[in-house]
Amino acid sequence: MRMSRYILIGILLGFILYKSEAVSWFRIYEMFRFQSFHMFGIIGSAIISGIIIVQIIKRRKIKNQEGQEIVIKDKAKTYPRYIIGGFIFGCGWAIAGACPAPMFILLGAGHTVFIVYLIAAMTGTFVYGLLRKRIPH
Amino acid sequence: MIEVYFMAIRDFIAQPWPWYVAGPLLALVMFVLLYFGHEFGISENFRLMCAADGADNMNEFFKIDWRSGEWNLLVALGAVFGGYLASHYFIGSNGDLAHISDVTIASLNEININVTKGAVPLVPEFLSWKALLTWQGLLMIGGGGFLVGFGARYAGGCTSGHAISGLSALQVPSLFAVIGFFMGGLLVINFVIPYLF
Repeated sequence: MRMSRYILIGILLGFILYKSEAVSWFRIYEMFRFQSFHMFGIIGSAIISGIIIVQIIKRRKIKNQEGQEIVIKDKAKTYPRYIIGGFIFGCGWAIAGACPAPMFILLGAGHTVFIVYLIAAMTGTFVYGLLRKRIPH
Repeated sequence: MIEVYFMAIRDFIAQPWPWYVAGPLLALVMFVLLYFGHEFGISENFRLMCAADGADNMNEFFKIDWRSGEWNLLVALGAVFGGYLASHYFIGSNGDLAHISDVTIASLNEININVTKGAVPLVPEFLSWKALLTWQGLLMIGGGGFLVGFGARYAGGCTSGHAISGLSALQVPSLFAVIGFFMGGLLVINFVIPYLF
């Protein structure tokens, strides 16, 4: 089935973040205290590998499986939303010790209390949708 | 005979994965999704779930065809399965621990989070149903989730969309978002967390 590949990608993502301990509240605390290189190593080596991959895609004009060139859309260049939104996200990330992907992984690992986090995150997204036109972007 | 190989592979995977394995594999996940025509971004699922639950009739931000994001919902579902498999069949030799530094253990003990070296659980006991009944637990799980959901959509992405996909594509807006992530994180770690315990 065509869609099963996305489940496999998700399973790989789950293994990566669970086994590297990136799903751990303690690892996030440690990162924001700059007390270990571990999380910076994960994110940093992901970015460096990602930059190399994206440069190869651009220079060699790599095509996706449908035969079209892979184009990564530029993000809109208005800055308040990134700083303010990022700041709010960072507060949530640090206090819950989990960003969205680890939340799904921890749910699967049996920490069912994260269903409350999921509902709260959906509520937060919904409230953003309601306020979107009244807050600076 | 063949079980020996299976067990060897299982034990190999069950070790803690170092950063230099995890990071490049995350970039691989991003590349495979690009190859299939999609951009890596997990927090978009919250919006898709809102739309699927009927928010599309209440607000135009959610008037999206959530079925076009089916691939992303399946990645999230896969992550749930991945978490189940990793935590049930690939447990490390001493259980699932967070191998945090000695400095971190000392600083946690200073703020009354009692952990001992070699026995720090992956998930702390203050993230549990029991803790949810205290205001601190509710703030951390419910409040944290709300801020993550609100902030991710406001900023147009989370760790996967901005820190990994965005910075890999050298997007300046993503750099601003990541600076925002750290400003928020530093504020909470230094001025909120110490007062919760």
